[in-house]
Amino acid sequence: MSQPLKLAALYGAIVAAGIAAPLVFPEYTFQLAVLWIMILFALTWDINGGQMGYNSLGNIFFFGAGMYICALTQVGLYYDIGEYTASSGEIKIDYTLAQYFNGLALGIVLAAIGCVALAVVFGRVVFGLRGPYFAIGTLGVALASAELMGTWGWVGAGGGISLPVYPGDPDQRALLYYFLCFAAAIATFAFLRWLYGTSFGLAVNAIRDDEEKAEAMGIHTTRYKTVAWAISGFFLGIVGAVFGNMTGFIEPLEVAFPTTTFGIFMVLMVLLGGKGTLWGPVIGAVLFHVLKEVTWTYLLGWQWIVLGALIIVNVIFFQQGIMGWMREKFPERFGLVVDRRTTISSQEDG
Amino acid sequence: MTDAVIEVDHVSKSFGGVVANHDVSLSVPKGRITGLIGPNGSGKTTLFNSIVGYHPIDAGSIKFKGREISDLNVPKIARLGLLRTFQQTRIYGKLDCMQNVLISIPHRNASWIDMFARHSREQQERAERLLEFVGLFAKRRLLAGSLSFGQQKLLEFAMALMNEPEVLMLDEPTAGINPTLINGLIDRLRRANTEFGITMFIIEHNMRVIMNMADSIYCLAHGELLAHGSPEQIQNDRRVIDAYLGAH
Repeated sequence: MSQPLKLAALYGAIVAAGIAAPLVFPEYTFQLAVLWIMILFALTWDINGGQMGYNSLGNIFFFGAGMYICALTQVGLYYDIGEYTASSGEIKIDYTLAQYFNGLALGIVLAAIGCVALAVVFGRVVFGLRGPYFAIGTLGVALASAELMGTWGWVGAGGGISLPVYPGDPDQRALLYYFLCFAAAIATFAFLRWLYGTSFGLAVNAIRDDEEKAEAMGIHTTRYKTVAWAISGFFLGIVGAVFGNMTGFIEPLEVAFPTTTFGIFMVLMVLLGGKGTLWGPVIGAVLFHVLKEVTWTYLLGWQWIVLGALIIVNVIFFQQGIMGWMREKFPERFGLVVDRRTTISSQEDG
Repeated sequence: MTDAVIEVDHVSKSFGGVVANHDVSLSVPKGRITGLIGPNGSGKTTLFNSIVGYHPIDAGSIKFKGREISDLNVPKIARLGLLRTFQQTRIYGKLDCMQNVLISIPHRNASWIDMFARHSREQQERAERLLEFVGLFAKRRLLAGSLSFGQQKLLEFAMALMNEPEVLMLDEPTAGINPTLINGLIDRLRRANTEFGITMFIIEHNMRVIMNMADSIYCLAHGELLAHGSPEQIQNDRRVIDAYLGAH
């Protein structure tokens, strides 16, 4: 089989497996949906952390922001938000199916747009920072938002918000959110696959390798950095909006802005799979999620120690990750070859 | 001088107590090769950095094609067509040579949408031709970081040409390159000047190179302009010789 055919077969198999999985294993629908979210986390983190060399510890900010924007839209569309949150879950709104889907659709769209806007605004601040300062700066954004939402009574403060109840069959609901996560992850992958083939990919790689040189060559570095972060924000906002509805209840620390779990998992999955590659984050996310679920199930009580050990081994002995290691091992596979034909003319002859 | 593309007028720059440039004035004429020499620490690279906007200057003015540029930042000045290369080579190590050259296309008129454009067939061919021009065509698919220092300098030169600058400021282009390669590089720098019409402003320690190439030479010492003239005049200038040999 030729290369493009093989790829098409691979993509086809993944999409088919993605569609079949919740139908074959209905009891794992939630876990499978989280797997797609993890893949999306890793892919979006890698835009900045891997491809551009800006290690953000605060990307989870967009996840939470999208979640809140969507929830507030869904509630606010048909009820008074302040009154709803003040009742801390006492008020139950009965949505019709149409109302529910209108709210959800508008909420997701606004979450995406809102997170892009937030990325542009906060990008102005954090992209003045480099290296570890950038990492801490972005972490600060995420932590501060969690604190802010935790004290803001109108959005439910620490008590959180209960999301509208799906007016239908619970199994249908589970499938709906599974397929939204699946679609979001596939769309992210397809978009990034295209994006890294454009000059955008080269420009952010150039910024990663030597930002000062990129500036000296006239590349609009600030523009690229902001757009890269906004792309992360866009997809994270969408999946945040979806995840909020999946869990049915959101609050700032554990669900919306979980910096020490999801926020760190993003980084880990990419380091495991290989920074700055398209497939690395996907492979890393799948391995990580499986490992996490297995340890949570069979080594309960030890799961954090296993994860900690994984981090240490990964960072000390295996920094390049799986894809990075493959590239070192088989450079020809990645097109890194000396061309023995020495000139363009001989290339044409040959 | 009306044909000057770069006009440096009474520029001073200090770092704390160290006066790196004091009241330096010079001009780089269009289409020519101008040299800048001086002992180590005489302020050559500081002057280059001031011109390309790497740091603000304390006093004076710097004009590019009659436009004041001392208040612009690095990418803006680069987009005007005033490009510099670095003393220590700077390339994108984890990209291959071809990608290094491709991303160096001029960003002068790049709009937001151009961020997502693919490189055209013409750009690819141009990049290949430039890599052939500097003798790196066979290595175009290797990571730039795996090249030798001398090859990286050649790559950096190809990247600079891809950018189609009006003026190219080269900081010691032949430093660290072996003597046989130097002749080839001199030849290519000359051709870039004559064939592509690029004005050059070159810092160089290798006297044989700079005396051969430059139309006129400025000499800095202790941050101040010491002499200016043709290569012959500079070679025979007592003050220049003293500055280099350390006589007082």
